[in-house]
Amino acid sequence: MNSLKCLALATLLGLGIASAQSPTYGVGRKPAAEEIRAWDISISPTGEELPPGRGTAKEGESLFKQKGCAGCHGPTGMGGQAPALVKGGPPPGQTPPKGMEGMHMVPDTGIMALRSPYATTIWDYISRGMPLNKEGTLKPAEVYAITASLLYKNDVIKEDEVMDAQSLPKVNMPNKNGFADMPVWKHGVPRLAGYP
Amino acid sequence: MDKDMDSKQPNRRKFLKRAAVAGLAAEAVRSAKGQTPASPWREKGTSKELIAYGERSRFVTSLRAPVAERPSPDMFGLMFHVLTPLQDSVGSITPSSLHYVATHRGSYIPEIDPKQHRLMIHGMVDRPLIFTMDDLKRLPYVTRVHFIECIGNRAKPTHKTVQETHGMTSCSEWTGVLLSTLLKECGVQNGASWIVAEGAEEIKGASSIPLGKAMDDCLVAWGMNGEPIRPQQGFPLRLLVPGFEGIFQTKYLRRVKVVDRYYMTYNDYGHINPDPKATALGNQIGPKSVITYPSGGQQLAGPGFYEISGLAWSGGGAIRSVEVSTDGGKSWKEAELRTPAFPMAHTRFGFHWNWDGKECVILSRCTDELGTVQPTRAQAAKYFGKTLTPDFRVPGADNTVQSWRVASDGSVHNEFA
Repeated sequence: MNSLKCLALATLLGLGIASAQSPTYGVGRKPAAEEIRAWDISISPTGEELPPGRGTAKEGESLFKQKGCAGCHGPTGMGGQAPALVKGGPPPGQTPPKGMEGMHMVPDTGIMALRSPYATTIWDYISRGMPLNKEGTLKPAEVYAITASLLYKNDVIKEDEVMDAQSLPKVNMPNKNGFADMPVWKHGVPRLAGYP
Repeated sequence: MDKDMDSKQPNRRKFLKRAAVAGLAAEAVRSAKGQTPASPWREKGTSKELIAYGERSRFVTSLRAPVAERPSPDMFGLMFHVLTPLQDSVGSITPSSLHYVATHRGSYIPEIDPKQHRLMIHGMVDRPLIFTMDDLKRLPYVTRVHFIECIGNRAKPTHKTVQETHGMTSCSEWTGVLLSTLLKECGVQNGASWIVAEGAEEIKGASSIPLGKAMDDCLVAWGMNGEPIRPQQGFPLRLLVPGFEGIFQTKYLRRVKVVDRYYMTYNDYGHINPDPKATALGNQIGPKSVITYPSGGQQLAGPGFYEISGLAWSGGGAIRSVEVSTDGGKSWKEAELRTPAFPMAHTRFGFHWNWDGKECVILSRCTDELGTVQPTRAQAAKYFGKTLTPDFRVPGADNTVQSWRVASDGSVHNEFA
């Protein structure tokens, strides 16, 4: 018994880091690769989670109407009740609905295709959050196409540029260097030394 | 049966019954107890509030309200931001029914069967794992009191009440397993630096959270104030990221991915800022306090004694002290902490005050365990080199001091600088 214990201890020590990280409780099960793939929808700036598929601005333009985007965001991506997606401001004379002024009157600097440092963020949001009431129903190719359309309408890419898992993360976003890095969080450290 | 029930009733009930049997007049009953019943005594306990699920008195009417800026539900049927009535708050815990609700885009409340709900942890781990709710409840759990506050919780000159100026903060007792327990069970790999936490609702709200914070005190919670988390608060599972902005407290938690970079999901997109200082003031809430009584819209009866009462909290840890000024900030006196000062939790303070009936401005400021002091708007403006006008927007999470003006007629008003 004692020698067995010693052997177990020696084995543990020999394994080093790997044994230090062995499970303590043994609760939970291993997900299948397909289960991970199905839920792995947050898109990194590297685009490593992007699924296969491709789309162009022209395809996106017709999908924008087909899928009902225009109903909330306006026929051209502006002037609707939902946030403007295309630069240039709302059509003259249009007044936003009460309570929706902030969403409607997005300044050009707030247009996602212009503000976001990564094109992957646009894909991420359309894929997870649109269209309203039918979230998650767009096929990857459709998301690529609508993303391409928004990037094209804001003069970020050319009309014939194909967006896919390889090209989307490489889009040269106008605001790619526009933001500060996230602060490094440490327990017990104030947010900003010397403030105020 | 009758006798059995009778034995379980309070003495007063027994007395009434016996009095009736004895043929005593109602007047005699009242005088015997020295009081007049306000309403007829209920005989039958068949209703929901008496037997199945208690309800508050019909004389208590404190209610949440949608933010003035956007109706809830809005034109798309989406729930936006709903405010806690802090002016009526007691102690440090917010009743679950009055907990503020906020959603980023606006959201519906998903109906999730806890038997079907799963939490998956994967990414840069040795062993990706899927947990059922039953799995999670087998693991060692903790119970902790934490506030949740929305980054949008900032006073405006147009606000009249503390519900409007500060109603997007609430505090609950949360029960669940530490995220670090689950991450250790999966084995976090070298090089990992962030996690992405994601919900199961229609928009699958996701946020990037520093791995250091995830391993420190984040809580995968299923319990709230003695019962399962309410649907509006993330039933059946919610990630608590103590002291961080509300949006990080991922509702309907179904996935945690361990990664090596900031992911810039749509939720993250709302946090980015060109200014490193403003960015640093986001994410974690600074020390903050507000007087809830007397506060805007309330009315003092006249000169005399009043107990000034309020709440203090900080994302940096426990509240160490609260000071109150009744002369517009010229002089400060230490308030008493009336509830235990838990880390990242609402802490109730009280302050004895004799009002002389003259117009005055009352305010509070707090200091947290890191020694950080709650700033005024003037201090924040000075720090950022801006002129203090009502339009000045405090960068990051606004934790500045709130002033209330008590007019000589006893009415209380938002004194916004």
